[in-house]
Amino acid sequence: MFGKLSIDAIPFHDPIIMVVAVAMAIGGIALIGAITYFRKWKWLWTEWFTSVDHKKLGIMYFIVALVMLIRGFADAIMMRTQLAMASAGAEGYLPPDHYDQIFTAHGVIMIFFVAMPMVIGLMNLVVPLQIGARDVAYPFLNNLSFWLFAAGAILVNISLVVGEFAKTGWLAYAPLSGIEYSPGVGVDYWIWALQISGIGTTLTGINFFVTILKMRTKGMTMFRMPIFTWTSLCANVLIIASFPILTATIALLTLDRYFGMHFFTNDFGGNMMMYVNLIWAWGHPEVYILILPAFGVFSEVIATFARKRLFGYGTMVWATVAITILSFIVWLHHFFTMGAGANVNAFFGIMTMIIAIPTGVKVFNWLFTMFRGRLEFTSPVLWTLGFIITFTLGGMTGVMLAIPGANFVLHNSLFVIAHFHNVIIGGVLFGMLAGLTYWFPKAFGFTLNEKWGKRSFWCWLIGFYLAFMPLYVLSFFGAVRRMQSYDTAEWQPWMLLAWVGAVIILFGIICTVIQFYVSIRDRKQNQDVSGDPWDARTLEWSTSSPAPFYNFAHLPNVSGIDTFWAQKQAGAKTVSEGPYQDIHMPRNTVAGPIISLFALILGFALVWHIWWLAAVGAIGTFVSFLARVFNDDIDYYVPASEVERIEREHKERLEMQA
Amino acid sequence: MRRPHHLRVLGILLLLTLTLLLTGCSSELLDPMGQIGSEQRTLILTSFALMQIVVIPVIVMTLLFAWRYRRSNKDAAYHPEWAHNNWIEGIVWFIPCIIIIFLAGLTWYTSHSLDPHKPIADDPSEQMEIQAVSLDWKWLFIYPEQGIATVNEVAFPTDVPVRFRVSSGSVMNAFFIPTLGSQIYAMAGMDNDVHLIANHEGVYDGRSTNYSGAGFSGMTFDAIATSQEEFEAWVDEVRESDQTIDFPDGYNELAQPTEDHPVEYYSEVSPGMYEDIIRSFHTGSDDGDMHAGHGEAEDDHGDMPMSAEAAE
Repeated sequence: MFGKLSIDAIPFHDPIIMVVAVAMAIGGIALIGAITYFRKWKWLWTEWFTSVDHKKLGIMYFIVALVMLIRGFADAIMMRTQLAMASAGAEGYLPPDHYDQIFTAHGVIMIFFVAMPMVIGLMNLVVPLQIGARDVAYPFLNNLSFWLFAAGAILVNISLVVGEFAKTGWLAYAPLSGIEYSPGVGVDYWIWALQISGIGTTLTGINFFVTILKMRTKGMTMFRMPIFTWTSLCANVLIIASFPILTATIALLTLDRYFGMHFFTNDFGGNMMMYVNLIWAWGHPEVYILILPAFGVFSEVIATFARKRLFGYGTMVWATVAITILSFIVWLHHFFTMGAGANVNAFFGIMTMIIAIPTGVKVFNWLFTMFRGRLEFTSPVLWTLGFIITFTLGGMTGVMLAIPGANFVLHNSLFVIAHFHNVIIGGVLFGMLAGLTYWFPKAFGFTLNEKWGKRSFWCWLIGFYLAFMPLYVLSFFGAVRRMQSYDTAEWQPWMLLAWVGAVIILFGIICTVIQFYVSIRDRKQNQDVSGDPWDARTLEWSTSSPAPFYNFAHLPNVSGIDTFWAQKQAGAKTVSEGPYQDIHMPRNTVAGPIISLFALILGFALVWHIWWLAAVGAIGTFVSFLARVFNDDIDYYVPASEVERIEREHKERLEMQA
Repeated sequence: MRRPHHLRVLGILLLLTLTLLLTGCSSELLDPMGQIGSEQRTLILTSFALMQIVVIPVIVMTLLFAWRYRRSNKDAAYHPEWAHNNWIEGIVWFIPCIIIIFLAGLTWYTSHSLDPHKPIADDPSEQMEIQAVSLDWKWLFIYPEQGIATVNEVAFPTDVPVRFRVSSGSVMNAFFIPTLGSQIYAMAGMDNDVHLIANHEGVYDGRSTNYSGAGFSGMTFDAIATSQEEFEAWVDEVRESDQTIDFPDGYNELAQPTEDHPVEYYSEVSPGMYEDIIRSFHTGSDDGDMHAGHGEAEDDHGDMPMSAEAAE
C-alpha cells in the first residue's frame, strides 16, 4: 500500500533532525495560523499564488531562495563545525551517514534552490521592465515554472524528515548513485526534486528567450538592450541548451535505478565515465547560467552609481556572447584526472583559460566605468567592489585548476572547494544581494536600510575570506573535499579559522534579516514615490514603484542605450499622459499550483515506490494540464478608464511628495 | 559612510595571506619528494606568478578608481558620457590574450610532460609496477613481480620510477600520494595508470580523493619510499605473512565493505589477479557474487536487459 514507506523512514533516533523537524513544524503551524487568523488565504491565493505577474513571481522566487539559503547555510555551518572537531582520530558529532547527506544537500540546495531562484527571480522582476514589455511571452508557463520549482524545493525538504537524502555528493556520480551502492531513497529524492524543478527551469529558459527576442518595445534593438537583459538572454540560451542534458542524464540514471538498466553501472557494459561527461556537459554551462546575470547586475549597479555610461557596451556584449559559447566546450576540466590523453586534456585546459579573456575584459570595463565617474558608495556598490576583487582571485585559482598538470595535484582537494566558493559567493551571491538591494524599491516602493545592508556586506566579505582562504592553505597540505574526519592534527587550526569565517557569514545573514525588519518598519520614511530612487538609467525606473501590474501605461519608445537617462538629461517629462488605451493582460491561473501539486505527489510516490499514488499524481498532472489547454478564458482587457485612474493616483502621489 | 581604506587594508591582508601560503610554510605540495611533484610545484608557482600581472593591477585599480572617483571628490574629472576608447579597449583585450597565449603554451607543454600515462624512465625495464585496486573502503596493492599483496600500505624504492596501475572493485575513487604528485581515477573495469617517482626516503600519506561513500575518510594508506635494501627487507616481511589472497574467493572476502581497515600483508597472490578483477566487470553475466556490494536490487531486475536483448 505504501511502497517502501513505513514509520521507520522517519529518523526518530537522530536528535538533530528531530529538533529541526519540530522547529519546522512549529514554524509552519505558526505561519498557517497567522495566515488564517489574519484571513489572508484568499488574498495569498488570488494575489500571489495564482498570479502570472512576472514581478510577483520574481518576488516569490526570491522569498523561497532566501528561506532555502538559511537551510543551505545551516548545512554549511554544521559541516564546518564537524570538521573543526573531527581532527586526529576524533569522530566529531556527525557520523558519515549524516555528514554525507549534509554535504550533498548543501550543494544541491545552494545551486538549485538558492542561486537558481535568485537569478531567475531577478530576471522575472527586471527583464520585462527593462525591455519595455507588459509581461513575459508565456505568463502561465511562468507561473507553472515557479510552482514546479517550488515542488522540487518542497520534495528536498520532505527528505529531511521522511527517509533520507542522497549521500553521493551534489552531482550523484555513478556508480555510487546506482541502486547497487545507494539502495536507499536518498538518490530518488535527488532525482525527482531535480527533474521536477528542472522542467520548471527549462520552461523559464524558453519563456525568457522568447520574451527577450519578441517582446522588446519599439526602438529597443538588440544592441540597445541593457546589459542585464543581455546577460539574461545568454543565460537563457544556456538553460535551453544545457538543461535537457541534465534531464536526459537523470532519466538514464532513473532507468538504471528503477528498471535495472545498465547505462552507468560497473557491469553489463555500463559506463560511469559517460555519466560524468554528461553531468558536466550540463554542469559547466550551469555555472555560467548563474554568473552571467550576476555580471549583468554589476554592470547596471556600477553605471548607475558612478553616474556614467557603462564603459565599452559593445565589448561587454561580445564578451558575454563569447563566454556563452565557450562554456559548452570546457566541461572536461572537471575531471582531467580521469585519464584522458594529453592532447584532450590540453585542449580543454586551453579552452577554459580562453574564457578568462572575455571575463577579464568585463572586469576592466567595470573599472573604466568607475574611471571619470562619480561613484557613490551605496551597499550595491560595495557588493560590486567586493565582487571585483574576490572574483578576480577566484578566476585566478580557476585558471590554475584549468592547467591539467597542476590540476593533477589540486583536483578533489579543498582548493576546488575554495575556488568555486570564491566565484559563487564572490560572484553570484554578491551579485544577487546587490541586485536585491538595487531593485528592491522597484518591487516594493521603498528602499532597503543602507546601514544594515553595509553591515551585511562587511560580514559576508570578511567571513568569506576567513572561511575559504584556509581551505586554499589546507589543499597544499593534502586535505581533500568531502572528508568527514581526518588524522592530521596540524589541519585543525585552519579548520577552526574556517569555522570562525562561517560564523561571521552567519552574522551577515542575521544582518540581512535585521535589514528586512528595519526597512519594513521604516517603510514610510524610505518610501520612493518617484519610481527612480537611484536616478538610474534604464527603462524599469521610468515607471512607478511598485510598478503597476501592466508595467507601462504607454509602451515606451527607445532611441538609444540608456534612453531613460537621456530623457531625464534633456528634461523631458517622464510621467505618462493620457489619453490611455485598453491594455491586454493575461488572467491569473489556478493551473500552475494545481499541476505542480500533482507533480509533487507524483515525485513523492515515485521516491517511495507507491505506485497507485504515482498514478494519481501522473493522471492529475495530465488532466489538470489538459484542463488548462482547453481553457480559452485566459486574457482580458484593462479598460482605459482603469489605467487612467491608476496613473492619476500615481501622479497625485508624486505631486504630494513634491 | 564607510571609506574604502577598509578595502585597501583587506586587499593587503589578502596578499599577505597568499604570500604566506606560497612561501611561508612547508607542505605536501610545496615540498614535494619526487620529480613529478617538483615539476608540478614549479608549474603552480609559475602560473600563479604570471597571473599576478593582471590580478595585482585589477585589485589596485579597483581600490584606486573607487577612491579617486568617489562622489564627494569634486577635484576628480567627471565625464558622464565617456564610454568608449579604442586604445583602452584594445589593451584590455590584448594583455589577457598575451598572458593566456603564454599560459596556453605552458599548458600544452606540461599536459604532455606531466601526462600521468607517460613513463618516467625511457627504458621500461627500469620501472617497477604496482597495481592498486580501490575497494570499499581500503586500498589493495598487488606486486605482480614479487607475487605479494598488501592492504593500505605500499612500499617502493626511491629513485625507481613506479608505474601504478589503478582500478576499482567498487565505485569511483582516486589514487593520490600528494608529496609525489599526480592523482588518477580508479574505476571499475578500467585499467588506469599513473607514473610516479620518489627521490627522497620517507613515509608519505596517500589516500583516495574521490568521495566513495561512508568509509571514504578512512581510505588512507602509508606510502613508504625506502632504499633498495630496505624495500627488499619489506618484501621479505610481507612474504613471511601467514595470509594469502586468491581470486575470486579471498578477494571477495576482502572486498566486503569495511571502514578504517588495518594494514594487511599477503605472502602470496593468485597470478593475474589485477586483470581478473578488471575482467569481472566485463563478463556480462549476472556476477552478483563476483564483486562485493551487490544488493538484492540487482537480483530483482537482473534479467530485464537480457530479455530486452532476447526480444531483438
